[in-house]
Amino acid sequence: MEILLQQIINGLILGSMYALIALGYTMVYGIINLINFAHGDVLMVGALTSWAIIIKMQESMPGMPGWLMLLVALLISCVVAAVLNFTIEKVAYRPLHNSPKLAPLITAIGMSLLLQTLAMIIFKPNYKPYPTLLPVKPFEVGGAVITTTQIMILGVTAISLAAMMYLVNYTKLGRAMRATAENPRVAALMGVKPDFVISATFVIGAVLATIAGVMYASNYGTVQHTMGFLPGLKAFTAAVFGGIGNLAGAVVGGILLGLIESIGSGYIGVVTGGVLGSNYSDIFAFIVLIIMLTLRPSGLLGERVADRA
Amino acid sequence: MMNFINRQNRFVLIAIAAIALLILPLILQQGGNAWVRIADAALLYVLLALGLNIVVGYAGLLDLGYVAFYAIGAYLFGLLASPHLTDHFPWIAAMFPQGLHLPLWIVIPAAAALAGIFGILLGAPTLKLRGDYLAIVTLGFGEIIRVFLNNLDQPVNITNGPKGLNQIDSIHFFNQNLGRPVELFGFEIASVSLYYYLFLALVLFSVLICFRLERSRIGRAWMAIREDEIAAKAMGINTRNLKLLAFGMGATFGGVSGSMFAAFQNFVSPESFSLMESVMIVAMVVLGGIGHLPGVILGAVLLSALPEVLRYVAGPLQQMTDGRLDSAILRQLLIALAMIIVMLMRPRGLWPTPDHGKSLQQKPAAVPPPEAVVEVAASGAAH
Repeated sequence: MEILLQQIINGLILGSMYALIALGYTMVYGIINLINFAHGDVLMVGALTSWAIIIKMQESMPGMPGWLMLLVALLISCVVAAVLNFTIEKVAYRPLHNSPKLAPLITAIGMSLLLQTLAMIIFKPNYKPYPTLLPVKPFEVGGAVITTTQIMILGVTAISLAAMMYLVNYTKLGRAMRATAENPRVAALMGVKPDFVISATFVIGAVLATIAGVMYASNYGTVQHTMGFLPGLKAFTAAVFGGIGNLAGAVVGGILLGLIESIGSGYIGVVTGGVLGSNYSDIFAFIVLIIMLTLRPSGLLGERVADRA
Repeated sequence: MMNFINRQNRFVLIAIAAIALLILPLILQQGGNAWVRIADAALLYVLLALGLNIVVGYAGLLDLGYVAFYAIGAYLFGLLASPHLTDHFPWIAAMFPQGLHLPLWIVIPAAAALAGIFGILLGAPTLKLRGDYLAIVTLGFGEIIRVFLNNLDQPVNITNGPKGLNQIDSIHFFNQNLGRPVELFGFEIASVSLYYYLFLALVLFSVLICFRLERSRIGRAWMAIREDEIAAKAMGINTRNLKLLAFGMGATFGGVSGSMFAAFQNFVSPESFSLMESVMIVAMVVLGGIGHLPGVILGAVLLSALPEVLRYVAGPLQQMTDGRLDSAILRQLLIALAMIIVMLMRPRGLWPTPDHGKSLQQKPAAVPPPEAVVEVAASGAAH
């Protein structure tokens, strides 16, 4: 029972990070129908930037409390990632607005590769230990263990998700975003500026990705230039799982995927009598996804979109 | 451009190209086998790109897990022509006392068939899915295959895990071992050059298949599905079977080139079949000119050979930046930049298909201005 509880806690933490990243994917997809392959790498840039800032701060002002350092680093790296994502959209996606559908996908893949390579040149390719800035003393909840960092992750995710929901559902920008997602031409006729909305979407997505990246780095304790790839891929899977283009779907999909992965890899050894081990955990996401999409092709919360001629 | 290439000139052009392709390895060989290897790898990529072009280019199904079929072909050849299985399974060793070395004529059709079956297996559950869902499912399939290859050394050792399969036989061809150099009229042809000719023959054969497919009923049906699935269905095209056929045919190409790769390298490991590889093949197809054979070949050659050539030239640069910018990083950087810049300059690829038939060229007055076309296309996509 303790093991199950522990796996559920781990799953929730993993899932909440997926949810944050998946929101970025799903918002971009909802508005410009593009799989933003570089999203995971924006996360990586955010995490590496925060790492560099924390290392600098630890050298120059050692007396500073850990949480403040983390907060400052998070804020600065959010700004960096937002500017970066804004630029990426302007340079690599906007000119291809009316091109064949695969063209922006290829530039997105190119951007992803470019960001990884540049990060490798700037930060060197080795794994870097991410400093632990919060108290390490773990809490016990009914036999399961949860660290301060993990509590922070859950808290920050909850706040970010609530802020996102408020932004999308109750603000003018949110309404503009929903309108653009629905039909960009009609939205433009109603006075919405689609270009502004698209830029805003990329900025928000970058901020969420950076938050997820910093959480990811503090949870696993390392940063490296390829760190964005796997979470990015899983988060995209989560977005599709929940129904791509649907914000609530991304959150539900992310958290469910985290739970499935964590519980699955915890029990697969027991269930199969040791034939399959936890080294298969990376494929749970995809197997679940394939089964899911076969049964319900538009995702958990996705609307049934009829094919149109 | 087609005007000055009339029939006679065209014949001369083809003859020159053929001779150039035939003597290319003999020239490269003088500079060292590494150069011929680059040409060999480029040909393998051309083969892969041609196969993927069937799925992505003709049928319009975005497949991001294509490398899985390449892996299946490579591992099948590796298992059937290396000591691995006989070393680990006594009953197989008992069946083949001389060791397991199946001839090419069995292994290659087997690789093609197995990959084709996997292609159809992957295609079947994804038939209902629309573009981007398909992309992620195929991507997941590629990862699943790779993870299995990586972990199937327990509980029974089938794939030898991350260490990969060693000592795979070279290709034997009419009692001729392609792994050894051949003496011909006192001129030595290196083993890599022999492979070059084999791959070249395969590529030419595949181009022929693709060329015929493109103009056949099947090819036209695929393109109809790509342009508009509902309209295609309304015209009486069996979209389900044709999509499965596209997946199967594309996968077959992947399987054959995979087995060639295994024989050529004498070694396979899961590392060669990462997602990045799939992405590169998609990039080759799209960068060259999706659905257009010369474009696809151009894309494959450019993306596979140029960066390799660069590796040999990048030495001085590495010294200039004291090791920070080594050739592998530079190569990656250039591929990334090429993908972005080429797409921005030529969104339809370097050598795209000519626009919708010849009727448009004859009556330019009837063609609406390009902006209007774009507007219509954009609003069509948005609805």
